[in-house]
Amino acid sequence: MAERAPDGDAILLAPIERTGPGFYWSVGALSLLILWGAMAYWTQFREGLGVTGLHQPVSWGFYVTNFVFFIGISHAGTLISAILRLSKAEWRRPVTRMAEVITVMVLFIGAGQILVDLGRPDRALNVLRYGRYQSPLLWDATSISAYLTASIVYLYIPMIPDIAILRDRLQKRKLLYTVLALGWTGSPRQQKVLNRAIAIMAVLVIPIAISVHSVVSFVFSMTLQPMWRSTIFGPYFVVGAIFSGIAALIVAMLVFRKAYGLERYLKPIHFRYLGQLLLVMSLLWFYFTFAEYLTAYYGNEPEEMHVFWAKFSGPFWPFFWGMALTNFVVPVLCLVRLRSHTLGKVLTASLSVSVGMWLERFIIVVPTLSNPRLPFGEGMYWPTWVEWGELAGSFALFALFYLLFTKLFPVISIWEIREGRELGLKEVEERLLSYLPDTSEPAVVETERR
Amino acid sequence: MALWGMVIDLDRCTGCQACVMACKAENNVPAVGAKEALRGRIISWMQVLTEGDEEHPGEKMRFLPRPCLQCDDPPCTKVCPVYATYRNPEGIVAQIYARCIGCRFCMAACPYNAKYFNWRLYQKDAPGQNPDVSVRPKGVVEKCTFCHHRLQKARERALAEKREMSPGEYVPACGEACPARAIIFGDLSDPGSEVSRLAKSPRAFRLQEELGTKPKVIYLTEGEGRG
Repeated sequence: MAERAPDGDAILLAPIERTGPGFYWSVGALSLLILWGAMAYWTQFREGLGVTGLHQPVSWGFYVTNFVFFIGISHAGTLISAILRLSKAEWRRPVTRMAEVITVMVLFIGAGQILVDLGRPDRALNVLRYGRYQSPLLWDATSISAYLTASIVYLYIPMIPDIAILRDRLQKRKLLYTVLALGWTGSPRQQKVLNRAIAIMAVLVIPIAISVHSVVSFVFSMTLQPMWRSTIFGPYFVVGAIFSGIAALIVAMLVFRKAYGLERYLKPIHFRYLGQLLLVMSLLWFYFTFAEYLTAYYGNEPEEMHVFWAKFSGPFWPFFWGMALTNFVVPVLCLVRLRSHTLGKVLTASLSVSVGMWLERFIIVVPTLSNPRLPFGEGMYWPTWVEWGELAGSFALFALFYLLFTKLFPVISIWEIREGRELGLKEVEERLLSYLPDTSEPAVVETERR
Repeated sequence: MALWGMVIDLDRCTGCQACVMACKAENNVPAVGAKEALRGRIISWMQVLTEGDEEHPGEKMRFLPRPCLQCDDPPCTKVCPVYATYRNPEGIVAQIYARCIGCRFCMAACPYNAKYFNWRLYQKDAPGQNPDVSVRPKGVVEKCTFCHHRLQKARERALAEKREMSPGEYVPACGEACPARAIIFGDLSDPGSEVSRLAKSPRAFRLQEELGTKPKVIYLTEGEGRG
């Protein structure tokens, strides 16, 4: 069935077949940032965490913020894609692949942040040798590795028919594509098995994804520290994760739409739907934030209030109010009306949320640590070039991974688009009919629909 | 089995910092240097916290020596992913420097900020160090252990002399050095010991008692000298 891609979809294979100067420029620019990050990490590896701005009492800073942020972004993918598949949203077809790739790539970056944060990376395997399951960090390790495995499988399975297309059409990398295509011929039986496997993975991946950011939040909420110990941290983090994930997905879609000329596939309607989803998540995020801070304020516990005021009007006010602006005000203003200038508005909102959710993670991690319970005095945190380099390098590495992926595999699922054209239309029609009340004369319905 | 505990009488504390210095010398706690100190990286297992007295602002300081409080229900041990910090059967919260991966979760979880990190390699083996205490490498967390090595030493001495160890043979360096005798050390499980008696004093309180960490360092509140 998917032996040959219809020529109409040739543009989806173009980035794999040909490589323009734009690719090399992008790789060059990203490599520079990665080099900065590598230099930063090498310095830190040699001299110790002393080269960062961390100290007593702010013993966690950028790295832990990045960890929570990147793991949050990973919810873009698999979760959104799984939900769209399960709810049979037909507009998902050009979106799912891009989302799933984000998840897999960003999980490597996110998990890597913990390694970067360790004072003794050489002893990281102690976690396996002496693992203490009572520690939320072990829950993280379990949940994230389960999610990574599931996401790779969930990315790979729907890619098999596309890899078969590449195997049959492309002259290069024959071996790679032949092995990965697993002998796909597109027979009805294979197709049936494939659809079944996708459906199973889509169901499986949702609880795993939710567990991931819940246990990430437990790293904080299981302690006794003011403004960390909160029962709503699990769902709060999951909501924030999906929120930032959608934003990252929209940015990635717009970048590749422009770079690879995918305007015919990624239409304004896709961005409008995703924009509406982003708006809903923005409101939900605001609701959680409001509930979280109101409870702290109303309870008026002295230690909580120290941290509260440090965020509200103390040294962290630019981050706190910056977060409120970029996560709530800007996206709501942009997304509330999407009739005109859809792409520009959606892009502005998404970039804003990407910054805002990083700030949100920062404003959760640092102010609590910088306001100890006992009278130690406040500890301010100023990151050094090492932390900035690591941040830039992490973003660049993520972008590079993504870019390289698009040079090896189609970034939009060819067979799913094709399936949409060939089978989807009929299927939707039948499904819609099954929703409607039964009529005794089917002929009437037939004419009305025309 | 003994349950080692400490009582710190705040009425007697003069804030002289003798305990701090004794601790540093005893436990090979590194001097981090002026530059690192300015960045907030001083390591001080015993630390004298100061606070202005709210009744006499600007005139009087109040002091609170804070070692590791050796909680009976320590929030730091359960978050450690590798069992590098744990509560031993005698109630002392220990740290295995050779196993710690440096994730600093225990530091984030300790409500008393009693754990310290080796941000750099602050010292190597050198003459003049206490041979009973290992020098910490870079990238690991360290903390007060109630001078646990002194307990081991006292026990070994008693064993060699074929007798029972008497509780008075084991005192941490801070308690030994305090000129005002503000730090009293002993076995909390022995109702006759001085610490047990003082721990029942109406002046006794524990830091952040409401957190339920059950510290074994008990403070005696200022009262008598404070009219």
